[in-house]
Amino acid sequence: MSEMPRFQAGDRVRVRRASPPGHVRTPWYIRGHSGAIERLCGAFANPEELAYRRSGLPAQPLYRVRFRQAEIWPDYRGQPEDSIEIEIYQHWLEPAEQAP
Amino acid sequence: MGGLPAGPVERHEHDYALWEKRVDALMVLLSAPERRLLKVDELRRNIEGLGADAYERMSYYERWISSITQTLIQRGVLTIDELGRKMAEVEARGPEGHQAADDAV
Repeated sequence: MSEMPRFQAGDRVRVRRASPPGHVRTPWYIRGHSGAIERLCGAFANPEELAYRRSGLPAQPLYRVRFRQAEIWPDYRGQPEDSIEIEIYQHWLEPAEQAP
Repeated sequence: MGGLPAGPVERHEHDYALWEKRVDALMVLLSAPERRLLKVDELRRNIEGLGADAYERMSYYERWISSITQTLIQRGVLTIDELGRKMAEVEARGPEGHQAADDAV
């Protein structure tokens, strides 16, 4: 029992900007930022539900999403192409316009 | 915590105290498929529930044992009364009692 994947490798996505209470695995610092799907990792029971002893089903597709470091950290001094990859569940992602 | 300003990451390995190894073992045993008394997601939720300053106030395994305790109380595996009595019993042994218990392992 799992949700159908909505995205595929290369798709541009934006991480939802939301701050619900409770246990959330989506890092706070990445919310509201855009990146590209690097791969689909599979589907896993939703940790936001597992944390409260519920089943977490249907399983949520989990993606590895690649972001540019320079777009995340205002004072980033590394190479402009440096990236960071974060695993994010599908319900935290929405389609974003294609990269310029 | 993730994304907040902090100093450099300490990269050196350190030795773990016997109690820290026991906390690690406790987590493995409680979450084993034949018991399922604790999920890692509950462990994380209850660590977050310790409050933001827990990261400065407590060591890694102190956060773990506090979180494991919370989870077992929430699930009804332990009662607060049982826990309080046992903690008093262990304290009453004094430092020498602790040592004897550690040596017996």
